Amino acid sequence: MKLTVWTYEGPPHVGAIRVATAMNGVHYVIHAPQGDTYADLLFTMIERRGERPPVTYTTFQARDLGGDTAELFKSAARDAFERFQPAAMLVGASCTAELIQDDPSGLARALNLPIPVIPLDLPSYQKKENWGASETFYQMVRALAPAGTPRPANARPTCNILGPTALGFRHRDDVVEITRLLASLGVDVMVTAPMGASPADLSRLPEADFNVVLYPEIGEAAAAWLERTHGQPAVRTVPLGVGATQDFIAEVVRVAGLDPSLADVSDHGRAPWWSQSVDSNYLTGKRVFIFGDATHAIAAARIASEELGFEVVGLGAYNREFAREVRAAAELYGLKALITDDYLEVERAISELQPELVLGTQMERHIAKRLRLPCAVISAPAHVQDFPARYSPQMGFEGANVIFDTWVHPLVMGLEEHLLAMFRDDFEFNDEAGASHLGAGAPALASAPQPDMASEIIWTGEAQAELAKIPFFVRGKARRNTENFAAERGITPIQIETLYDARSHFSR
Amino acid sequence: MSGLAAIDRPAVRAPLDRPVLRERGQREVFCGLTSIVWLHRKIQDAFFLVVGSRTCAHLIQSAAGVMVFAEPRFATAIMEERDLAGLADANEELDRVVDELLARRPDIKMLFLVGSCPSEVIKLDLSRAAHRLNTRYSPALRVINYSGSGIETTFTQGEDACLAALVPEAPERAAEVEPSLLIVGALPDIVEDQFRRLFDELGIPKVDFFPPRRAGKIPAIGPHTRFLLAQPFLGETCQMLVGRGATRLAAPFPFGADGTTDWLRAAARAWGIDEATFTRVTTPGRDRARRALDRHRSTLEGKSIFFFPDSQLEPSLARFLTRELGMTAIEVGTPYLNRDLVACELEQLPDSLISEGQDVDRQLERCRAARPDIVVCGLGLANPLEREGLTTKWSIELVFSPVHGFDQAGDLAALFSRPLVRKDRLRVAA
Repeated sequence: MKLTVWTYEGPPHVGAIRVATAMNGVHYVIHAPQGDTYADLLFTMIERRGERPPVTYTTFQARDLGGDTAELFKSAARDAFERFQPAAMLVGASCTAELIQDDPSGLARALNLPIPVIPLDLPSYQKKENWGASETFYQMVRALAPAGTPRPANARPTCNILGPTALGFRHRDDVVEITRLLASLGVDVMVTAPMGASPADLSRLPEADFNVVLYPEIGEAAAAWLERTHGQPAVRTVPLGVGATQDFIAEVVRVAGLDPSLADVSDHGRAPWWSQSVDSNYLTGKRVFIFGDATHAIAAARIASEELGFEVVGLGAYNREFAREVRAAAELYGLKALITDDYLEVERAISELQPELVLGTQMERHIAKRLRLPCAVISAPAHVQDFPARYSPQMGFEGANVIFDTWVHPLVMGLEEHLLAMFRDDFEFNDEAGASHLGAGAPALASAPQPDMASEIIWTGEAQAELAKIPFFVRGKARRNTENFAAERGITPIQIETLYDARSHFSR
Repeated sequence: MSGLAAIDRPAVRAPLDRPVLRERGQREVFCGLTSIVWLHRKIQDAFFLVVGSRTCAHLIQSAAGVMVFAEPRFATAIMEERDLAGLADANEELDRVVDELLARRPDIKMLFLVGSCPSEVIKLDLSRAAHRLNTRYSPALRVINYSGSGIETTFTQGEDACLAALVPEAPERAAEVEPSLLIVGALPDIVEDQFRRLFDELGIPKVDFFPPRRAGKIPAIGPHTRFLLAQPFLGETCQMLVGRGATRLAAPFPFGADGTTDWLRAAARAWGIDEATFTRVTTPGRDRARRALDRHRSTLEGKSIFFFPDSQLEPSLARFLTRELGMTAIEVGTPYLNRDLVACELEQLPDSLISEGQDVDRQLERCRAARPDIVVCGLGLANPLEREGLTTKWSIELVFSPVHGFDQAGDLAALFSRPLVRKDRLRVAA
């Protein structure tokens, strides 16, 4: 048993629903108790979908358990087929139905439906949402694109885009951006899947020359199988950030056998200049903590370090399946990766590191809010705010522009930082009044909770007063550093000198 | 004062012959775990520990609007493969999780162990676990168990199961003391305070609310307790209270000007309060409520409404909207119909189809055919129906916001009029 306050991922059948909902002509029949239908609202509310997810839940109750729950499943599957007329059906169980062992796969087979029926075996007590999406997509591809499908000679280089689903973090816009980018290289997209694909489209997957794995968490298992079975190579660079997008283009050019000069793209969007321009000087060395799904976290670390000049002080991911990749990436920054799905552990790490910017999921946004740290969201789990009305990709050069804005705006702006220091004793422009960009209603900072302060530490009055002169957004760190410095050396009480000794000790 | 004989029950025609459409099929409803979202705000030193799966944790998180509270007073002990395979003793594991939890939250005075679908199916005995933990932590902490599983409870029935489990915790109220009034059902604090002032003015001195705001303040219950249900979904709690010798005062539920008046009147009669006093005390609030409702009448009058089943509040809300605002209720769906508790409401809904249970696809067909002016439904159905051109009100707001009593009558009406006004205002189409 594991004590869980918040969870980064839902159960694996939610991953399967994300695949089914992304596709056309697929219906998913889940053996599940009443209440599991909550999953529908993730799609209708968070993503604002105007259709119900194509899912039928048997919604058995206690009184059904004594009777024939297997018959309930069969009639639900039969009714769903008649009502929705899908081109393919997924069948499976949620966590509770897994325990009653009715065998949805065998029951569905017995119905002899005239469409492909793909059984899903998603162990709810071991696996989670991303794995469920990956396994579902893989099983569908295996079933619908069997070995031996001939590949025509394509007139132009042709690929598939694998991985985007419903309820994915910016998948909607990433697909548009990357499809455009591929077109600019002269590469056609045959099938994008699961998003927007029909079962017939999955059968056409082997006809493309290669695959682009946009979201390895969901698309890699299917891509690896297509590679083994159909000899389709895969482009595995994820085009998040300017550098990675350039690498992606180079890999596409190589895999598609295009003219190598095509890889020399001159227009990289605005982000590189925005980062180089002098106003961005103040971004230098900002300490960032990064946490999310492995793909987005690894990419964020590279962008932070190479494209914004930040210092990565923490890097982690919640999906253990990709722990190896995250550990390798963390080593590049001299860090030990934080691999955990325990929100409390992440909170502890952030409050210990006191970063100047948190790049995380919606959960880290809440942690950052509590610790009064600036934060930007870089990864699923998806939230209603992650589905903006405007076009807002993360991938490609436009994605890099979006990322620049999204990460930089929560920070106190360069000039504003200096003004705050200059006018810190001014009656209305002082730190107690709160940052101006938070508006007039911003709460006074004096009452902000100081993270886990040992009460026995003593400061002299003068040292306290000196500490108060330090701009509020670095004061927590200064206090903490000074106290650690003093504690290590047994200095008490803390004097003005201690404060400055500590500052010189920790200055980078 | 013996009191009890004086209780004057409103004359109710037993609606047992009322035809009800009963359906079985896919039920698009929440399970009882969802009620933790408001219960944990009500009992401020209680913690709700769901013993369940990742699905349970994900459900509560999603229903709560995703992480509203940085560190909430609820969590899930997620069962893993080794718990099921018998590799780990589930009881030892649960004790370990509770230790871990209490080390983080020493401020907790009452711990609810909440059963889920998987814990019920594997027959994990949470009452034994509660007993064991009580021996260990008493008196600093009280441990209580109930089930919020979807196989046994629908949405608001989770509150019923929780309160029913809380009834045996109430101290015995001595037989010789004055009768007391107990208001049963979680209400926002502000609404409790409004009702308390009204009962004070009426001259009912001893009024308690159940559940209490703090674990240590469970009111005493005994044969001289008379209770008013504030929510129609508390059937099991009601039986438990009757089992403790308490008497239920039958009444419509306190929604709207008339509903609230009739609800208060049931208490006033039981205490033998004269009509003049009752009128004097209730008239200002009732008039305020009526004025507030008048503002919504032009929007709602003559409009038709269709309820999908959700909270069991549906018959009471339908009565309010038809009787006090002139709407027509085409279908009133409820997950479970407790005829006894909503008898007063059903009486006033002679022309509506009452449906119990659900087959969501068939109900959607009826709804589309009826083209109601407004549909009350869950979050999974609202946007799809809007997309089809229907106007909807998501039902979860009806349990999350203060809607009881005179001073919330206008707010309650606004929940229904706002979507209609909005549709009327917008000059863009999707």
